[in-house]
Amino acid sequence: MDRIPILKMGRFLLVTIQVDMDDRLADTLQNDLTSRISQTGARGVLIDISSVDLVDSFIGRMLANVAAMARVLDAETVVVGMRPAVAITLVELGLSLPGIRTALNVDRGMRLLREALGDATGADG
Amino acid sequence: MAEREVVPIVAEADVVHVRQRVRARATELRFSLVDQTKMVTAASELARNALTYGGGGSAEIEVLGDGKRRGLRVIFTDRGPGIANIDEAMRDGFTTGNGLGLGLGGAKRLVNEFEIESTVGKGTRIAITRWT
Repeated sequence: MDRIPILKMGRFLLVTIQVDMDDRLADTLQNDLTSRISQTGARGVLIDISSVDLVDSFIGRMLANVAAMARVLDAETVVVGMRPAVAITLVELGLSLPGIRTALNVDRGMRLLREALGDATGADG
Repeated sequence: MAEREVVPIVAEADVVHVRQRVRARATELRFSLVDQTKMVTAASELARNALTYGGGGSAEIEVLGDGKRRGLRVIFTDRGPGIANIDEAMRDGFTTGNGLGLGLGGAKRLVNEFEIESTVGKGTRIAITRWT
């Protein structure tokens, strides 16, 4: 079965979505991420969607679910790299993704996670 | 290039297939990136509806031209239970499944024309059109 790889980077998990996900793959990713947060004790999840050219209500809901589940497991989620056309479409569709932190790119997303965890400045890697 | 094609919707992978075919056509028609994304997203919502609520069906993708402008129309047909109250179903937040209830109303906002016909016990037909 297809899976989207989840990388562990220190206390964070990094996921880069590079395929056109069907609903089953999105569900699998949601479940895998939740298990990995719990197994690893990760404090942050970074989801890079810069290669994703469509976020419909199902994928939007998956992102919101991941953020909500991560929060319950004491981890912060940041979605990075949303394309402008995707953002415009999402809002018009009626999905504003409340509760999801976003950042323009992976660097800024990392910084956001570190700040959220109260790290000292200068810890950028 | 064929001006009309029919994509069956019987499994989850077909929703992705519909998206890819609509994207290919929208690109050929030189839709702007935002217009492409809107049309493909609307198609994705409606293809999923046809599968989830309609028990499957098909998407008929058609390139239109009236001399002055060109457009893309996708007609979704299913033989599901039909929709008893279309006004209610078009409202944001309405869902009979586990979705967000943004499907129909959301899809309508993303296209230029939206037509829906439904007969209880027979099925639903939804046509969406976007012009270049």
